Amino acid sequence: MSRDPIFRNALSIGVATAVYAVSFGVLSVAAGFSVVQTCVMSVVCFTGASQLTFVSVIAAGGGVAGALPPALLLAARNAIYAVSLKDILSGSLPKRALRAQVIVDETTAMAHAQATLAAKRRAFDLTALCLFTAWNIGTLAGALAGSGLGNPRDYGLDAVFPAVFLALLAPQLRGAEAIRAGVAGAIIALALVPIAPAGVPIIAAALAAVPVLLASSRRRARVAVGHPQEAGR
Amino acid sequence: MSWWPVIALCASAYAFKLVGLVIGARLDQEASARWSLEIVVVPVLAALIVIQTFTSGQRFVFDARTPALLVAGVLVWRKAPFVVVALSAAATAALLRLVA
Repeated sequence: MSRDPIFRNALSIGVATAVYAVSFGVLSVAAGFSVVQTCVMSVVCFTGASQLTFVSVIAAGGGVAGALPPALLLAARNAIYAVSLKDILSGSLPKRALRAQVIVDETTAMAHAQATLAAKRRAFDLTALCLFTAWNIGTLAGALAGSGLGNPRDYGLDAVFPAVFLALLAPQLRGAEAIRAGVAGAIIALALVPIAPAGVPIIAAALAAVPVLLASSRRRARVAVGHPQEAGR
Repeated sequence: MSWWPVIALCASAYAFKLVGLVIGARLDQEASARWSLEIVVVPVLAALIVIQTFTSGQRFVFDARTPALLVAGVLVWRKAPFVVVALSAAATAALLRLVA
């Protein structure tokens, strides 16, 4: 196994993801999609929770009209991630357009967990590489085999992702403001779970960052007034 | 199955990602780094963790994932390596389900 911690962490995320990808492949073919359609979804859509929901609703007889809205709500948080990644995903337009494709929970969390900009960029790219490879090979395997490796829950894999996101969130909880935003986000999301459709609670949690952003904006404005020579920075 | 559901899902999934990048670039120009937008990720990840642990659909569920997250929390606090955190959470949940 690699000595590079970022690559090692990216690899372990990839391994856990592959098992879910196999499940997706199995479910998608069972829902009536061809093997090619299933693989195209994983390459071009590349949004795990959204894809799983999409084929599950169709398999349950919900139809495309019933499956698309919940899938889109689950995909919408990637827009928030993309906003947060603006400094990390710089570069030429084609490169940014390509990297945009791999903006998901795992790549975003891995990038923001690093300390330096260079490490953030490397973490994003390496996680994207491992995740994309694992997700697509797993999808193909599941779609061809038609039966999976069993329920990911039996391996405790449903518990891996919250644990991994906690490990990646921890280094970002620098200072009281960040901790408050995190706690408020969790409370907003849990409060909305019983009443809002899936996906919405996670998007709404982003609102918890607004007070922090406004406070930091006010603080900078004050600094600018106090030190006019610094205002032009 | 026809192709249009696949195309609709793929196109809208990419559109979300692209729109976010464009909005991020716009905010950058207008506010010129007065805000640190990375903070947005903190409440979203916190929400993701609690939803993936304590809910199933629209219901609250306390099952093997809860002790698994507790174990992960202690290990993260003790600065355990990432792979150890991931494997311990999986082992905790899998063993509890095996016993139950």
